[in-house]
Amino acid sequence: MFKQTLHISTSPHLVKGTSVEIIMRNVVWAMLPAAAFSVYVFGWNAALVLITSTLSCVLTEHVLCRLSKKRSTVSDWSAIITGLLLGLTLPPTFPLWMTFLGGVIAISVGKFLFGGLGYNVFNPALVGRAVLQGAFPVAITTWYDGFAADRFTTINSSLFAAPFMKPMVDGVSGATPLSAFKFDGVVTDTADLAFGFVSGSAGETSAILILLGGVYLALRNFMNWRIPVSILATVFILSGIFYWIDPSKYPSPLFMLFSGGLMLGAVFMATDMVASPITKWGVILYGAIIGTLIVVIRIWGGLPEGVMYAILLGNAISPHIDRLIRYRVYGTSLKSS
Amino acid sequence: MLTINRHTFKHGIHPPENKDETNGLPIRQFSFAPLIILPVAQHIGKPSKIIIREGQEVVRGQKLAESDGFLSVPLHSPASGIIRKIANVPTLSGKMTTGIYLEPFPSSTQEILEGDPIDLETATPEEILLGIQEAGIVGLGGAAFPTHAKLKIPEGKHCETLIINGIECEPYLTTDHRVMLEQPDDIFMGIRYLMKATGAKQTIIGIEANKQDAAEFLASKLTGKEPISVQVVPVKYPQGAEKMLITALMGKEVPSGGLPIDVHAVVVNVATTAEIGRLLPHGRGIQERVITITGPGVKKKGNYLIPIGTPLRYVLEQVGVDESISEVYMGGPMMGVAVGNLDISIVKGTSGIVVFNQKQVHRSAQVYPCIKCGACVDACPLSLNPSKLGILAKFESYDKMAEEYNLMDCFECGSCSFVCPSHIPLVQYFRLSKSIVRKRKSKNV
Repeated sequence: MFKQTLHISTSPHLVKGTSVEIIMRNVVWAMLPAAAFSVYVFGWNAALVLITSTLSCVLTEHVLCRLSKKRSTVSDWSAIITGLLLGLTLPPTFPLWMTFLGGVIAISVGKFLFGGLGYNVFNPALVGRAVLQGAFPVAITTWYDGFAADRFTTINSSLFAAPFMKPMVDGVSGATPLSAFKFDGVVTDTADLAFGFVSGSAGETSAILILLGGVYLALRNFMNWRIPVSILATVFILSGIFYWIDPSKYPSPLFMLFSGGLMLGAVFMATDMVASPITKWGVILYGAIIGTLIVVIRIWGGLPEGVMYAILLGNAISPHIDRLIRYRVYGTSLKSS
Repeated sequence: MLTINRHTFKHGIHPPENKDETNGLPIRQFSFAPLIILPVAQHIGKPSKIIIREGQEVVRGQKLAESDGFLSVPLHSPASGIIRKIANVPTLSGKMTTGIYLEPFPSSTQEILEGDPIDLETATPEEILLGIQEAGIVGLGGAAFPTHAKLKIPEGKHCETLIINGIECEPYLTTDHRVMLEQPDDIFMGIRYLMKATGAKQTIIGIEANKQDAAEFLASKLTGKEPISVQVVPVKYPQGAEKMLITALMGKEVPSGGLPIDVHAVVVNVATTAEIGRLLPHGRGIQERVITITGPGVKKKGNYLIPIGTPLRYVLEQVGVDESISEVYMGGPMMGVAVGNLDISIVKGTSGIVVFNQKQVHRSAQVYPCIKCGACVDACPLSLNPSKLGILAKFESYDKMAEEYNLMDCFECGSCSFVCPSHIPLVQYFRLSKSIVRKRKSKNV
């Protein structure tokens, strides 16, 4: 009896049993249906982009950890999320070397430069995507229609464009619903938008599957559901007001909800825990700001899509929201009687 | 009157309760150890002053040490026997303190010495407080703060509500539950003493919904002639904390840095109340207490009445533990202290002994950075921001923690550490930070 060494530790001696790794892994599971659907729509092209972006992020994280003589943090799954997210925001025919570069930038500039997981101010995937958008404005807006007959037999040659050569745009390139509306005044059917039978980035297409992933995460308590709800509600209400004023000039609120990267951004990007506020009211304000920015950029901005910049701006002000909105500490602002 | 209260405090957590294995087991008397070891510092405040000599024969209930000032209580002999020596003894905190080695007489009848009874009808509040101090009573919920000092209403304040704390929100522990089921008369007698001592106009017995049987039982004993009511509140940790309980029962908040008396309330643990009701009519001192011994590593789990000073090693030998025990906690698993030395003794503040063996210890060694998920913020019963406090602690910004983020309000309930997916030892950070802030303050004064 009592041969064992007694372990001592500080209270509490019970833990809930969640971990960062479990949360991150579940986020990956939640993104897989949308990713799989984009492969179904765009064929091997989308699969290659997704694989490249994910590999690039994981590799960059591993190499940077080793270079800074730290234990590799690849096993926490967060680099995989960044990689998948980045891949989902890119056109399915985006040259692979650019995709790879995007992953390197996302992890090195968006995450490592700030101090790694937990210290990033911005969602790393969006940092990568923002740099790509600045560097390759043509390639990143060259879309490709889904459901091509040969999507599982041939691979688009633009994927293999050599670095710093003018990318070869091949095949039929289709306008996204948002640019079609903005530049040509063409309205796409909402049902097509919701189910993903439209042109766009790999992950922009199926709103329903993205929402499904979001519902799963919210139910498992791995995501703050208030963020997407607040963003979507703000976009719906604001664009609803404009539509009500002049339906011929402004898009319908349903079109706004289901087009472009809004669903992907609201559910999987704006919800990056590190880069969003921490209190209930804080995240609602954060969502409302992002939602407002999206509507403003889409309606008055020079770009057809504004989700990325709206979220990056939201990330930037999130520490300030946390400073501004705090819970009232128990027993404060009360006079002792 | 029994009322079901749906209101409770904000936030909090729901750890697995694990009370079912012992809450149906009646309290059983524990045998005397061959050697009883009594540290003189068993309570918060000044240690008791020893008044016996080595080699002296003592009677069960006799005073071995007397209180040294107001914030101190005497120590009574838990058994008739002989004082073998007075020497240093190990304690839970790891420090050594003066202690009394008592060898009980095996053939003694162990009859308890009676003192001057405190008569409920004629005693003044001051006499009751003195009686409580003389009985050596401290908070049996675990804090071990001298009860008479807590009951002393400060000048210019008054007490309206006496709250009897039967919450027992710590997982695994069932001592208060059993006390409520088995000692109702002592509890009500204790309440009468307490109401007279504090001048309270009403008493609320607060019980969590997982002890519905105890609540109904106590309510059935109410005559309706006394202003006593039983309130059942939803199960949530840490409801047994004074401030949380006051909010749950009365809907009021105790001001930051204040005491329950600031909202005209006094909170006393239910086992402490029973002890007062049992000891004062006979002028006796406390010699034993109810302790839940449980956990996956224990063979004969149960609720035991154990003499104060019984060595922990003897207790574990009697109940039987697994070969592979790896952690022993004194108190509950949320706020209790891990034992590093089995040669320490049961003291007045020991409410439970929880034994885990290796398989049950699922602590992950991997600590991740804070990902600001906000789980701790939504768990903290005081609505503090443990995430921010944890980051500030890492940067050693202790003053900022205290001044801007209310560090000193933290009572170390452990809810934040419990939910943290990054396994950051937040409570330990705060404990350390608080002691540094206190040290800095005392230097500046």
